[in-house]
Amino acid sequence: MASPKQLSNYPALAKAFADNSIRVGAIALDREHAIEMAGELLVASGRSTPEYTQSMLDAVAENGPYIVIAPGIALAHGRPSEAVLEIGLSLVTLAEPVVFGSEANDPVRLVLGLCATDHNSHIDIMAELATVLGDAESVNTVLNAVDSDQIRLLF
Amino acid sequence: MKIIAVCGMGIGTSVLLKMNAEKVLRQLGIDATVDATSVAIARESRDAQIILTTPDLVDQLQGLPSEIVPIEHFFDLEEITAKLSASLL
Repeated sequence: MASPKQLSNYPALAKAFADNSIRVGAIALDREHAIEMAGELLVASGRSTPEYTQSMLDAVAENGPYIVIAPGIALAHGRPSEAVLEIGLSLVTLAEPVVFGSEANDPVRLVLGLCATDHNSHIDIMAELATVLGDAESVNTVLNAVDSDQIRLLF
Repeated sequence: MKIIAVCGMGIGTSVLLKMNAEKVLRQLGIDATVDATSVAIARESRDAQIILTTPDLVDQLQGLPSEIVPIEHFFDLEEITAKLSASLL
C-alpha cells in the first residue's frame, strides 16, 4: 500500500515539513518570541542551526514586519547560509494573535519558518506554499487545527 | 518588460509574490517576467518598470525610476490583478 506521503497533493511541502516541525496553539509573548519558536522547530528537525534562528530575527529587526504577507500570516526566514543544513519549513499556530507591526495584516496567528540552501532549490516548495496559503479553506484548517496531525493531513 | 518582486532577502516572500504576479500576468495576457530579489539588489537596479513589494519596504525603495506597486495581501489575486491592471493596462 502506498504511504500517505506518496499520495500527497503537495509532495514538496510533505518533504519540507519534518514530523516535529509543526506546533499548534503556541503561546508567544511577542513577535520575536513567535519567530524564535518557528526557528527552534527548524533546529529541532535538523534543518538549521540556532544561528539561523538569529538571522530570522535579524531580518525583521532590519527590514520590519514585511514578512507578514497576508492577513494573520507571517513567513519568517533568513538568508541562505552555513546555518542552513537542509531545506525546511516549520509552522506555528498561535493560541493568541500577536502584533508584528504590520499595518495591513496584523495580528499574526500563523508563523511559517523557512530555511533554504540557495536562491533556487526551494522554488517547488514555494509554489506549493502559494497554492495552500491562497486557499482559504486550507488556511482555516491550519488555523483551527487542534494538533499537528490535522495540519500534516493537508500535505 | 521587467517586473521585480522585492523582499528583505529575495528568497521567501518575494518568491511567493513573484508566483502570484506571474499567474495574474498570464490571466491578463501580458508578456512579462517577474524576478524575485532582495531590497539590497533592487536598490542597485534601474531597469525594472515595476517593483512589486510589501508596504513595509516601500520607503527603502524610493528614488528608483521604477513604479512601486505595494501589495498588502500576497494571496489575494484580485488585489494583485487590480493593481497590476492599473499600472499596465
